[in-house]
Amino acid sequence: MAVKRAGFFTDTSICIGCKACEVACKEWNGLQGNAPNLLLDSLDNTGQLDAQNWRHVKFIEHLPANGNLVNQPADTGGGQAFLMMSDVCKHCQHASCMEVCPTNAIVRTEFDTVYIQQEVCNGCRNCISACPYNVIGFSQATGTAHKCTLCYDRLQSNLTPACAKACPTESIKFGDVEQLQQLADTRLAALHQQGYSKAQLYGRDDKVYGGLNNFFLLMDEPEVYGLPNAANAVLPSRNNLPGYLGGLVTAAVALVAGLIAFRRRGDTPPPSDAAPAPVGVAPLSPADSAEAERP
Amino acid sequence: MLLAEHFVKPPNWTWLILGYFFLAGLSSGCYALGVMLRLWGRPSHGSAARIAFLAAFPLVIVCPILLTVDLGQPTRFWHMLIDSAGGGLNFKYWSPMSLGVWGLGVFSGFAFLSFLGEIWAPVGRLLHSLLGGLLLVVGLVFALFVGAYTGVLLSVSNQPVWSDGWPLGGVFLASGLSGATALLLLLIAARHRSQVAASVGALGEADRYFVVIEAVLIVIFLVTVAAAGTIGRLFNVVGIGLWVLVLVGLTVPLLAHSRSRVLWPVLTSLLVLIGVLALRAAVIFGGQS
Repeated sequence: MAVKRAGFFTDTSICIGCKACEVACKEWNGLQGNAPNLLLDSLDNTGQLDAQNWRHVKFIEHLPANGNLVNQPADTGGGQAFLMMSDVCKHCQHASCMEVCPTNAIVRTEFDTVYIQQEVCNGCRNCISACPYNVIGFSQATGTAHKCTLCYDRLQSNLTPACAKACPTESIKFGDVEQLQQLADTRLAALHQQGYSKAQLYGRDDKVYGGLNNFFLLMDEPEVYGLPNAANAVLPSRNNLPGYLGGLVTAAVALVAGLIAFRRRGDTPPPSDAAPAPVGVAPLSPADSAEAERP
Repeated sequence: MLLAEHFVKPPNWTWLILGYFFLAGLSSGCYALGVMLRLWGRPSHGSAARIAFLAAFPLVIVCPILLTVDLGQPTRFWHMLIDSAGGGLNFKYWSPMSLGVWGLGVFSGFAFLSFLGEIWAPVGRLLHSLLGGLLLVVGLVFALFVGAYTGVLLSVSNQPVWSDGWPLGGVFLASGLSGATALLLLLIAARHRSQVAASVGALGEADRYFVVIEAVLIVIFLVTVAAAGTIGRLFNVVGIGLWVLVLVGLTVPLLAHSRSRVLWPVLTSLLVLIGVLALRAAVIFGGQS
């Protein structure tokens, strides 16, 4: 299907944590994955998104003490829930990684997605420190940064990205972002009607990084899923002005300090216990004689 | 109070970047001191200015080497400057890394010119003319930029500590100036030249001013980080040790009078330099802990 603005709508309320998306992503993109690692953390043995994991199913055992995570009768779990979320690059409209990349390796594609050009990236890792979603990973093998391409090669062939294709519950829906937003609004209204009062859309509007091409329906607050809330979804460039202004003021004060120190104490004779000058010392530079003549 | 939320991965900037930040701070500081001593210092500071210019260039030429080796693809270092896809220049003023690479390149040129002026008379005469004075002032601007931008580079991220502390640019600049003063005093001690010893008192006084500026900025930085709720990252076991070294480096110039700096110049200057290095280590590693 041809799309103008490609994205995913991930409905975490119907994610079953099967990890088919992780497998499909690795399969299509030729990612070998990291060495097996027993994290002893729930059902998760992937750990995080990185150069080898462009999809990561999070298992969140956040069980509220008052049991009001979902307003459901006791026979459906009494509010106890195992939150699952298939995490991925958000392909932000205002992308932090793209903002700081010094080589312009990170570009926006014709599908409005954010893409790292492997042949341009030089592995400075500035994007890693900027991405607020812990998405980008550095590969020692290639010496470059990697993340989800939203199956750029499949999009070029009008194919659905591998993860969305493989998702058995259609928790990951692929399509044009505008259509996905309408779908998400309908789904959210249905959940609210069913009593899931905490259900909310994350990244559907422009409050988070100008809107996310890959946005989510969450069953709790964003922080629970390891996502910054709207107040904390800030771009690195916010510190440009205060940072440089701080440097400028410091420079001005330091120059004044130098002016005071070097003018006032300039001709203090050397202490008597300082080492004496060798006899017959030549001027230190070709310009010394000229300096000596200055008033 | 709104605490900052960070879900970001560390970029693994370690020893090479620490070395770069340290040397860039010292080099830019040396150059700035050289210009200050030459342009508005007394004639007797000429020799100290010469040592400053002779030190600035060798220090700065190591910087691009460290930066290049740290890249995952070192042979693509030129992608920082030239758009490998489009062929034009890569200049993103809103990206401190992009701006910094250009700033470092230009500053290196000025540092080289001043270095040349100290070893080759024709260039030396040029730099003592009115045009030379203008060149030194422009070079000073770039030196101060290089001294500050490394801190801004860290701030302009989403990394905990780094992005919580916008005063880092000023902190690193003041720290670099203090370290450069210590380095000059160390080099002066090594030369045993009376005409240079005349500048010891002035440099000692300047260092005390720089240290006070640095201390004030460090306090502001720590307050901003504490307000964001990430200060704990700066004070783990290793971090506490590093901050002790920072404190010693800040205290020594204030306690050591000019006379004692003549008597124990090596010890006092080394302690200051260790403090300058420890500050950068505490910030770089603390933000990634």
